[in-house]
Amino acid sequence: MASATTTTAPLARRRLLGRVGGAGALGFGVSTLWLSVVVLLPLAALVDRSLHDGLAAFWDDVASRQAVAALRFTILISLAVTAINAVMGVLIAWVLVRDDFRGRRAVNAVIDLPFALPTIVAGLTLLALYGSAIAYTKWAVLLALLFVTLPFVVRAVQPVLLALDREMEDAAASLGAGSLAVFRRIVLPNLTGAIVSGAALAFARAVGEFGSVVLISGNRPFDTQVSSVYAYTQVESDNTTGAAAVSVTLLALSLGILVALRVFEGRVGRRDG
Amino acid sequence: MASRLSLRLVALGYLAAILLVPVGVVLYKTFEPGLGEVRASITTPAAVHAFWLTLEVAAIAVPLNTIFGVVTALVLVRSDVRGKRALEALIDLPFAVSPVVIGLALFLLYGREGWLGPTLADAGIQIIFSVPGIVLATIFVCLPFVVREVAPVLREVGDEAEQAAATLGASAWQAFWRITLPAIRWGVVYGVVLSTARAIGEFGAVSIVSGKISGETETLTLLVEKRFNNFDLAGAYAASALLAAIALATLLAMTLINRRGATP
Amino acid sequence: MRLTHLLPVAVAAAVLGAGCGGASDESGGAAATAASGGGAKTTLSLVAFSTPEVVYDELIPDFQKTAAGRGVGFKTSYGASGEQSRAVEAGLKADVVNFSLAPDVDRLVKDGLVAADWTAGPTKGIATNSVVAFIVRKGNPKHITGWDDLLKPGVKVVTPNPFTSGAAKWNILGAYQHGGIKYVDALIKQHVTVQPKSGRDALQTFTGGEGDVLISYEYEYTTAVRKGQGDVQLVVPDDTLLIENPIAVTKNAPPAAKAFVDYVLSPAGQQHFADWGYRPVDQAVFEKNKSTFATPSKVETIADLGGWSKVNDELFDPQHGSVAKIEEEAGVSTAK
Repeated sequence: MASATTTTAPLARRRLLGRVGGAGALGFGVSTLWLSVVVLLPLAALVDRSLHDGLAAFWDDVASRQAVAALRFTILISLAVTAINAVMGVLIAWVLVRDDFRGRRAVNAVIDLPFALPTIVAGLTLLALYGSAIAYTKWAVLLALLFVTLPFVVRAVQPVLLALDREMEDAAASLGAGSLAVFRRIVLPNLTGAIVSGAALAFARAVGEFGSVVLISGNRPFDTQVSSVYAYTQVESDNTTGAAAVSVTLLALSLGILVALRVFEGRVGRRDG
Repeated sequence: MASRLSLRLVALGYLAAILLVPVGVVLYKTFEPGLGEVRASITTPAAVHAFWLTLEVAAIAVPLNTIFGVVTALVLVRSDVRGKRALEALIDLPFAVSPVVIGLALFLLYGREGWLGPTLADAGIQIIFSVPGIVLATIFVCLPFVVREVAPVLREVGDEAEQAAATLGASAWQAFWRITLPAIRWGVVYGVVLSTARAIGEFGAVSIVSGKISGETETLTLLVEKRFNNFDLAGAYAASALLAAIALATLLAMTLINRRGATP
Repeated sequence: MRLTHLLPVAVAAAVLGAGCGGASDESGGAAATAASGGGAKTTLSLVAFSTPEVVYDELIPDFQKTAAGRGVGFKTSYGASGEQSRAVEAGLKADVVNFSLAPDVDRLVKDGLVAADWTAGPTKGIATNSVVAFIVRKGNPKHITGWDDLLKPGVKVVTPNPFTSGAAKWNILGAYQHGGIKYVDALIKQHVTVQPKSGRDALQTFTGGEGDVLISYEYEYTTAVRKGQGDVQLVVPDDTLLIENPIAVTKNAPPAAKAFVDYVLSPAGQQHFADWGYRPVDQAVFEKNKSTFATPSKVETIADLGGWSKVNDELFDPQHGSVAKIEEEAGVSTAK
């Protein structure tokens, strides 16, 4: 039913809200303000502290052999975990949305549990289950990170799959395309944005994970020590500036990878302008 | 079809190994000592306080982040504001920050010797080592969720319906409430569910900024750690099961609300 | 959308059942942590390291029954010693602090939160002692009797990482007083399989099945056994290091804080600690409980090793300390 009240919003409000259906400049302002207060301000204090002793000290803290080893291990293992959970995430989301079997609802419900369960419990449980085989090795770290990042891609892809219009798929199928082709050429391109979105979250989370990894990895420097644990050792040794420096570096690197992912996402089939 | 079955098996097999079995172990270990023990475990004064504190923090952090998330998704997908790309890149930042670092950053900002420390002390406002500090740390860690869930869905549904509504004379708010929101509802649902789960399950950052004052700033996750450290394994698992129950209840509630909204 | 929060609350409230009370988490009773409750005239904030929580659960209610403690409410916070110290530095309210090692109190002196003369009392500011000891599997299958046995081929040692836990330094210093840096070198590079984040984590790792020997504070054995981890055994080496846990009152603390510290150092308070395996600083109480403690022939103190500043500089400095170098080299050799 057409509304009997306003037929044209005042020009100022249109300018503020931008395009129809969008949130425009006002929305942008609100978002940025919130982001700044909650995230950027504390991080600014962090960056400030990391430079407390000057750039030379910053470099020393960051380029120490142990810091570099921790950083390399962290980034590599996080990339591996992201790749695995990206693939499996799509698969699981597909099965949960398009398939139907007894217990599907129950399985869907537990997907979020890696978030709700405190990391200490996750670490303990994984240790109890797979302990003797892989404890205190790189595989233990992989397992812990797979657990904590599992929900990301699944939950990112699910809503998109649910909202997907099936007409194109049906049309393609009726024209004789096999299910794999339909998936690859019609469904997947629509999911790419969500997959990248979820993968970015998963990667970022893996890079910062502390609680479960610190319990299960043995924290061997140069072997199974991740950057977050290394930063912790710096804090414990009263080298707050060093801890801040390492954290800022990790942040910058992660940001770089995330930006790269977003650029990739932008190139691959975005619908909006 | 065979391929459907094999897909299902692979998915479920992976889930079982990585997720279902560990969660099953937690549940088993929780109820192993018996229902009476579990009930006793979760009704101690410390547990009751921790439960309500956890809910209180989530009840503040999640709605705020949901509003932020939906507004930001709208900005990212549907606006042409300059600086949009920067906003987008920065949204994921909270995840790349480990809990140790979040705690450190909040110390450096609100602590006694931090940027805002002296000002807050003069005004008599206690942020860190008090509930506001916990809320801030929690908002920090679940900031990106709703955005990341809603944005892809927004992209998927496009804005033709809103365009049509505008030509029919709908106001911006009407278009949003009646067209946009229902279209993105599953994104919002999963965003809220993920946010809540993440908010109640946060341990590291809260551990550092809460001060762990028993009966005042001890959340459920901190209680789990305390019990684990005191060899009260059954109690630790019971508190964890409570966390899982909250997460499940949130999913249940959101799904129900969603279903009801779908049939006008 | 705000309604959604009522439903899980309802569900969870149902889970909680009727009534809001029940057995307490703390063995001493809920009164210990209730700051309110009719007519409390003062509230003390106790910030302590994590292990004495079990002791304070019993000690605090007893203190509240004394004349000095009547009407005093308590707010307690327990956590890793270094983290707690840093929290107080950053603004966590504390009237009484009880940490694992003196540097964690000295940090607060530097910030003006604790008076510089906190070590001036009769016990030099120390609340309890312990010694560095070994916890082994019941029956002692690997026949561990002293430090040298840890270097026997195939013996796997668990000890927390001294760089993630300030309190873990005691263990390394115990090894250091026995065989110097060469011994520590051999121990870490060839026998330490895993270095958990903290002492309690290390104990959990050990009771979970990893390793043959856990280097630990002596009293952790008592805690483990009293909490049902009975499959272990205590071995106190003949030469070891004295662990000294400091306690101090902060500036601006109410007079009740001093009264509380006095109680902790009194025979009644010290007996509570002795019950949990801590070695009392009060000589009389120690004599009374002598039978429960082993008597190593040589017990070094941190003063014998040159004091904390010397030790922290030479051994534990993350850039130049000898232990830091050993850890680095150990990492390189085990890295694949």
